[in-house]
Amino acid sequence: MKKAEEILNDVDLQSPKKEEQLFRKGTYCYSAPLKHQNYLGLPNPREWNPADLDWKLPKNWKEIILEGMAKLLKRHRSFRLFLDICVRCGACGDKCHFFLGTGDPNNMPVLRAELIRSVYKRYFTVSGRLFGELVGARELTEDVIKEWFYYFFQCTECRRCSVYCPYGIDTCEITMMVRELLNLVGCNIQWVVEPASNCFRTGNHLGVPPHAMKETFDFALDEIKDLTGLSVEAPINRKGAEILFVAPSADYFANPHWYTFLGYLMLFHEIGLDYTWSTYASEGGNFGLFHSSELMKRLNAKIYAEAKRLGVKWILGGECGHMWRVIHQYMDTMNGPADFLEVPVSPITGTRFEQAKSTKMVHISEFTADLIYNNKLRLDKTRNDRWVVTFHDSCNTARSMGLLEEPRYIIKKVCNNFYEMPENTIREKTFCCGSGAGLGADENLEMRLKGGFPRANAVKYVKEKHGVNMVACMCAIDKASLPQLLDYWVSGVEVCGVHELVGNALLMKGEKVREKNLRGEPLTD
Amino acid sequence: MPVLYASLLTLFLILIPGIGIGLFNMKALFGIVVLYGAFLIFISGVIYRVIIWAKSPVPFSIPTVCGQAKSLPWIRQNKIESPHTSWGVIKRMLLEVLFFRSLLRNEKGRLKTGGRLLFYRNLLLWFGGVLFHWSLFIIIIRHLRLFLEPVPSFVEFIYGLDGLFELFTPPLLITDLLILLGIIYLFFRRLFDPQTRYISISTDYFPLMLIFAIVITGLLIRHVQKVDIMGIKAFLIGLFSFNPSLPKESNTIFYIHLFLVATLLSYLPFSKLIHMAGVFFSPTRNLKNSSRMERHINPWDYPVLVHTYEEWEDEFRAAMKDVGLPVEKEN
Amino acid sequence: MVYDKGKVITGLVVFLIILLSPLWYNALSGKVEPSLKLSMPKEEKSCIEERMFMRSNHMDLLIKWRDDAVRKGIRTYKGLDGKVYRISLTGTCLSCHIDKAGFCDRCHGYSGVKTPKCWDCHNIPKEEGSKV
Repeated sequence: MKKAEEILNDVDLQSPKKEEQLFRKGTYCYSAPLKHQNYLGLPNPREWNPADLDWKLPKNWKEIILEGMAKLLKRHRSFRLFLDICVRCGACGDKCHFFLGTGDPNNMPVLRAELIRSVYKRYFTVSGRLFGELVGARELTEDVIKEWFYYFFQCTECRRCSVYCPYGIDTCEITMMVRELLNLVGCNIQWVVEPASNCFRTGNHLGVPPHAMKETFDFALDEIKDLTGLSVEAPINRKGAEILFVAPSADYFANPHWYTFLGYLMLFHEIGLDYTWSTYASEGGNFGLFHSSELMKRLNAKIYAEAKRLGVKWILGGECGHMWRVIHQYMDTMNGPADFLEVPVSPITGTRFEQAKSTKMVHISEFTADLIYNNKLRLDKTRNDRWVVTFHDSCNTARSMGLLEEPRYIIKKVCNNFYEMPENTIREKTFCCGSGAGLGADENLEMRLKGGFPRANAVKYVKEKHGVNMVACMCAIDKASLPQLLDYWVSGVEVCGVHELVGNALLMKGEKVREKNLRGEPLTD
Repeated sequence: MPVLYASLLTLFLILIPGIGIGLFNMKALFGIVVLYGAFLIFISGVIYRVIIWAKSPVPFSIPTVCGQAKSLPWIRQNKIESPHTSWGVIKRMLLEVLFFRSLLRNEKGRLKTGGRLLFYRNLLLWFGGVLFHWSLFIIIIRHLRLFLEPVPSFVEFIYGLDGLFELFTPPLLITDLLILLGIIYLFFRRLFDPQTRYISISTDYFPLMLIFAIVITGLLIRHVQKVDIMGIKAFLIGLFSFNPSLPKESNTIFYIHLFLVATLLSYLPFSKLIHMAGVFFSPTRNLKNSSRMERHINPWDYPVLVHTYEEWEDEFRAAMKDVGLPVEKEN
Repeated sequence: MVYDKGKVITGLVVFLIILLSPLWYNALSGKVEPSLKLSMPKEEKSCIEERMFMRSNHMDLLIKWRDDAVRKGIRTYKGLDGKVYRISLTGTCLSCHIDKAGFCDRCHGYSGVKTPKCWDCHNIPKEEGSKV
């Protein structure tokens, strides 16, 4: 692994240098295993490796790509429009965390899009057909496919560039389109396809079967009993419950997600919520989003189907980023209308969640903020005094939902020490963790650390200025990737979910005197 | 290299009417045929591009949200950057189209020693853009005095305001200077800012040079080799009433000016300059952030293969029963 | 909604209306004359310079006259045909072009050029022969 200084020495934002060797170890993701390609029925299934010379593309790969492009251009106005109207003003250039972390010009959003715009010009515009290279058009070759694979799996679909673009050109859209095209000839990565395949089969990305899920739940309930002395229940697959709760599966299997999971369970117990978990819809996240709109729809269908089967009134969703992109901007369109559900109303406060009246799914931070605002929770902030907290907005909840104040409101109500990172790295300008959109693979670590550099740098700033030692966030991918990222660039800063902090501060009826936080550490140093 | 191509092309374009009029006096060609042709290409080109865009649907609601969404009643919504009503979208679009709202956010990232990444607010691009586009807009408005009879009072007013300094006779127009300033800034930014230089291709330099040449020739026929405005207006009105007559003007620069404008008009629909129309279509800006409130319809939605609950339970039933999870069917 | 057909068509119509404004505006106003009739002097057939030169460059000449007369004290100007004229707006120009509304204002109005500052100091000739 390269040292931090070495990585930064390679970066010169003022004279961008193109990466000479694509597919260097540490900078790309492995291809998907044959088993999972087959399980999902993906095109051109085969064993292959991006570092190989021969990618075993189908014979008519060029035809497939061009036909696919024509189809996508017809289906998505955004695709053609964004390819047509970019004026290359360069405002997006240094807004991409991958450019800021690598200095590779192809990571400027404008040039990332140019990788396919050049092909679009050559085959779909008059000027490109006539004047070719003079107007920036180029032939589609196998090397172009490889370049696409390298750079479009080096975009985390975070949409930051779109905030700064005077036309709102969203590289995420372009990346989604190119990934759809790559899928047509069987080029996708393990870290996307395997979770998607798991999710299709078992219900969740990690491939946890229902009985194993039940066991981890029992384990969590034991932990809560140790901490609080209370016997908490976690209803699973319970028909007739009022609310179905769906969280990313990492919450009940990974660290530090686990403590957020404990937080949910304690909160729901304390307010006596009539709800249920599901083992069929046991995943809020959706790696189909990073693959194709079709796969996204296939995975997402389970949530409404399960809500219907269980007969709940509405759905509550846990802390996750891309999950909420899908739920907020795609679910109702893809698998709605949810006319068998009711407009969500908080059974505790009576608040009607008008903002979710069609999709009928509410974000947990909206739900909890409403509880706190209506004084339904008793909280002891000092239990989080161990932490000096900052909040990292997840790309999707910030730039696709506008969920900015709810988590901040909650954090300020459950913590005494809260400091914001610099203004141009939070809210709609937040920096990605560098591992979103399916790029969180171990083999891609060097690239992830580079991509996460701007975020880590802002954390370092508040660490040095305010002594911040905890980054709160509401995204499973953040929780999985930030600890490693911060260890590398900052060190001494931990990562938690918002509902872990809630769980710590929550005064529960009949609980014993708490000596430890959810992590089993003393409440104060 | 891209700059060279763009300059050669611009020079070539200047030479065409220069030779055509200067040597061969082809007034009918450059004064009538080319202009009608360019106008036709412009109108049909823009309509064609717009229809092509419009024929592709916006299947999903994908606004880029840049502020607090409508949420709980006590949370203050950013009604412009996260609009949930059409009125909010209109305000957002107006700010974007008229004042380049998004460029106002622009900042430059700089990597300092010690690995500190700093961001500096940078409004130069916004300023250059505003200077250029607004000047161009005002210049177009005041050219209406040569097309409309009687001259509408707002055109007269803007024209008067533009010449407020009363330097020279006829007065030097402020926007002529400002647009030059804008073009020069945008051009040299492309040349000397390393990032922008890297991303620039010849079709980025060319429109700037073309418009620069248009402004210069315009200035020349206004201030140096003056033309007969009466004759030109009569000629232009003749064109628009489909009763064209050959312009009496014999000033070659005037024909170069006309020809370059004609080039710009016919180039616009088939180049990046179509952003003029495209900006209104951008789904990340012109959609409401109301996708959980109102269902967005995808016209090409189709049924997909899903893993149903029944199929799923069939695989896991035995194990579920072992741990006491409820099932639909016993076996 | 997903195609925004109505909005697109409205947009295109607005675009066309603005673009074709010379067409409908001039037709509606009905003020377009086939050729601009100016009130010309009856006795003189030629001005001090060529007609086309005067049309495009009269402003320069007037400015030169002003500077010559007021700043340099030069009072004569040799015209096209070698004839020497007295530099005087009122005495020379206006002696032929007596009808400001029918001469100056016609063109200035036609081209949207506000009448320049001549009349801040000089009196407007009212009737034939009336001078100050």
